[in-house]
Amino acid sequence: MAEVSQLKRGIKAGIPIMLGYFPIAITYGVLASQAGLSILELTSMSALVYGGASQFMATNMLLLHMGALEIIIATFVLNFRHFVMGLSFMHRLQHVPLKWRVGLSMLITDETFSVTTVEKEVAKEPSGHLFYFGLFVSSYSSWLIGSFIGGFVGDIIPEAISQSFGIALYAMFIALLVPSVKTNYRYGMIAGLAMILNYSLSFIFQEGWSIVLATILASFFGLFFMRRRT
Amino acid sequence: MPVLIVIICMSIVTLVPRILPAIIIDRVKFPIWVGQWLEMIPYAALGALIFPGILNVIPDQPQIGFFGGLIAIVLALFRFHIIFVVLGATAFVYLLL
Repeated sequence: MAEVSQLKRGIKAGIPIMLGYFPIAITYGVLASQAGLSILELTSMSALVYGGASQFMATNMLLLHMGALEIIIATFVLNFRHFVMGLSFMHRLQHVPLKWRVGLSMLITDETFSVTTVEKEVAKEPSGHLFYFGLFVSSYSSWLIGSFIGGFVGDIIPEAISQSFGIALYAMFIALLVPSVKTNYRYGMIAGLAMILNYSLSFIFQEGWSIVLATILASFFGLFFMRRRT
Repeated sequence: MPVLIVIICMSIVTLVPRILPAIIIDRVKFPIWVGQWLEMIPYAALGALIFPGILNVIPDQPQIGFFGGLIAIVLALFRFHIIFVVLGATAFVYLLL
C-alpha cells in the first residue's frame, strides 16, 4: 500500500499549487478566449505547453498579431529555465525508471519543482516517484480545469479576489524557502544573490534568460561558498 | 500559421528542454562538483522566481506585492503550514486592494 499512500501524500502536497493555479488558469482562459482562441485551442495550450507565463505571453502576442516564429522563440526563452530545474530534480531521481523520469519531467513547472526541492527526501523512499506523480498530476489538473472553465464560463471569480490570488504562488515560494534559510543562512544568501542578479539582469535580458542566468550564477557562487566552509 | 500549429510548436520547444535532463542524467557521468552544484539550484531558483516578480502582483502597485511577501515571510518564520502562508498572504493583499 506504499504506492497509494505516496500518491495521496503527493496530492496533498499539491494543494497549495492547485489553490494558486486555479484562479490564474481561469484568468488565462478568459483572456485567451477574449483574444479569439477557441475553447479547444486555449485548453490544448494548457495541456500541451503547461507554462503559465508563456501562455499569457503567447495570448498577448496573438492579440497583437505577432508572428508565429516570434511566439515560439519567446516561449522557448521563457520556459528554458525548466531545463536547469529538471537537471537538479533528475539528479535526485536517477534510480527511477526512464519512463517515469520522462513522464514526470514533462510536468515540471516553477511551482512543482519548488515543492520537490523541499520534499527531496521522498526520492529515496520506496515508491517515492508516486509522490511526485500525485503532486504533478494534481497541479496539472488544476491548471487544465481552470483554463477550461475560464474559457467556457468566463470570469466567475470577482476581480479583487483573483488579483489577490496573484500573490499565492509567490507566498508558496517564500514558504518553501524560509525553512531552509532557518537551517542554514547561506541558502538565504544564495537566494538573495539570485534576486539581485535577476533584478539587474532583467534590464538587459528577457525575463526567461535573466531567471536562467541568475539561477545558474547564484548557484555556482553558492557551490564555492558552501564548499569553502565545509 | 493556424493557432493549433503554433501551440504544437510551443509545446515542442517547451517539452524538449523539460525532458532532456531525464534522458541525459544517467548517460553522462558528471564530476562530483556538478552534483553539488545541482543541489544549490533550488535555492537560487526560488530567489530568482520570487524577486522582482512579486512586485508585479498588482500592476503599478509594487508595494502591495512587497508587503504581501513580508507577511508570507513572517507567517513562514512562525512555522505556519504552507497552506496558511498562502491564504494569509492572499487575504492580506485582498484587504489592501
